[in-house]
Amino acid sequence: MSEKQVFSRTKGLTGVPFHYCPGCGHGVIHRLVAESLEELGVLGDTIGVAPVGCAVLISSYMNCDMQSAAHGRACAVATGVKRALPDRVVFTYQGDGDLAAIGIAEVMHAAARGEKITVIFVNNAIYGMTGGQMAPTTLPGQKTTTSPYGRDVSSAGFPIDMPQVLATLKGAAYVASVSVDTPKNIIQAKKAIKKAFEVQMKRQGFAFVSVLSPCPTNWGMGPLDAVKWLQDNMLPLYTMGELKTPEEAVASA
Amino acid sequence: MKGNEAIAEAAIRAGCRLFFGYPITPSSELAEYLARRMPEVGGTFLQAESEVAAINMVYGAAGSGARVMTASSGPGISLKQEGLSYITGAELPCVVVNIQRAGPGLGGLGPSQGDYFQATKGGGHGDYHPIVLGPASVQEAADLMMEAFDLADRWRLPVILLGDGIIGQTMERVVFKEPSPVRTEKPWATTGTGRRGPGAKRNIVQCWGLTPELLEPICLREQAKYEKITAEEQRWDTFQIEDAEALVVAFGTSARICREAVMQLRAAGLKVGLLRPITLWPFPGKAFQSLPTSVRGVLAVELSMGQMVEDVRLAVNGRLPVRFFGRVGGFTPSPEDVAERVVALLDEIPAKKAQGVTA
Repeated sequence: MSEKQVFSRTKGLTGVPFHYCPGCGHGVIHRLVAESLEELGVLGDTIGVAPVGCAVLISSYMNCDMQSAAHGRACAVATGVKRALPDRVVFTYQGDGDLAAIGIAEVMHAAARGEKITVIFVNNAIYGMTGGQMAPTTLPGQKTTTSPYGRDVSSAGFPIDMPQVLATLKGAAYVASVSVDTPKNIIQAKKAIKKAFEVQMKRQGFAFVSVLSPCPTNWGMGPLDAVKWLQDNMLPLYTMGELKTPEEAVASA
Repeated sequence: MKGNEAIAEAAIRAGCRLFFGYPITPSSELAEYLARRMPEVGGTFLQAESEVAAINMVYGAAGSGARVMTASSGPGISLKQEGLSYITGAELPCVVVNIQRAGPGLGGLGPSQGDYFQATKGGGHGDYHPIVLGPASVQEAADLMMEAFDLADRWRLPVILLGDGIIGQTMERVVFKEPSPVRTEKPWATTGTGRRGPGAKRNIVQCWGLTPELLEPICLREQAKYEKITAEEQRWDTFQIEDAEALVVAFGTSARICREAVMQLRAAGLKVGLLRPITLWPFPGKAFQSLPTSVRGVLAVELSMGQMVEDVRLAVNGRLPVRFFGRVGGFTPSPEDVAERVVALLDEIPAKKAQGVTA
């Protein structure tokens, strides 16, 4: 009986084993980014910008040139790369602490400028690498090591819905909010990520994909409970779907 | 030309095609000039949202192999320190201009040399030094700016051109020299694997090693580079030191004032000379190893509360008395002020007591 290979590792990944915790979404999201770049045939033209946080090691996994940015500065670094090499594909891969807290100015202005880069934003509602502290995306009432009584919005404020914020900026051509909690949603996430690269390649403007992702370790749950927690708590709170496409961007400009 | 404009034009002639910056007095003409000029030469001028963003844009462009610069003044340079530490850690070449203003804090707009420590001792976190150049005229600022890009590329290190409000704002005649045609290859730059030929390996620009086993060898390798730079790149200028009994040490704007003071003192029959560091890091310690035996004492003159004087003391290493004179807040001393301090120094250290003191 002959065997037919139906699945293999994408050329977009180096094959180095991931260091992420069981049930973490980074592995899936890395693969979606890598597959998109491979399918678009641009791995050799791509420069990725790694964040500070759990995904700092993404440079080891992505089979393309990579730069490693300071905490929150990935969009500024990517701007420098893109302005130096305008015909290359440039992306950042950032967590919620990196992008929505210390790096919020950099992402807002990159979007406002219509910087022709693709930003992959992984939102797990918590600081991962530093050990589970409150993030700007932490939900009201959510317990973290720095909100041990649950996030109190009267003192710690409200979570920031980054896709909704960025969609208001004219330079943002494509803004989507997806999740990797189910196979169906993973397929949708892939479509959004690939489209975000296509928007960049067509020089239509800034492209942003927010990906809701579980963090079982820092949420203190097993992987399956973490997926359920994401579905019960994060999906209702954050705006989902394609918030803005290039056609709409042109119409509103 | 105004100093700031001459520096900007020199950068363009040296092949710099990317500028990322944020306006701040007294450096703003630099950005304004490049905003006009960069489009003319097919380059990029981008006014960043902050100094922090600007230096990180520099990081990205430098990592991609471009000749790139930013310019600012003290408070803005403080914001850039995070990025400068990362740039040195990732071993990227770039040029940073600091047209210093008086500090600390928001300070004032007058000339100052109060950022000497920040520039020469690293300035950001971790063990590192940028190369620091201290021009004393608009002409020299333009010349050093061109060389700065070559030095940065050769050593894969930021080069800081440390001027001040007078260097930036003064108008002087400038003759632009021919830039060096030499271009250092940058096979390490992130240009896309497919652009470097078949089978090209991935290029990774980063500055971390999360375990001591990974990080210490990186730090030691970089330290070896700093030692090589210290051995090879020290630069200084001297004026009438051959028979000098008093040696004035000053850089940049204060060196110009001191040169005038030396001429006045020489006219009055006093044997005084000037030693002017041009590289502030590496500090030209070599210049102090071969001073004439006639020198009885050293006066460091700065537009600060006394910063370079510490390097002077280290270089003199106790062999001669070292005194300090500085003005701050944006004031500059007059040549007469300096001359007065030199006379006091010579009175304090009579020639007969100098017997046996060798330099």
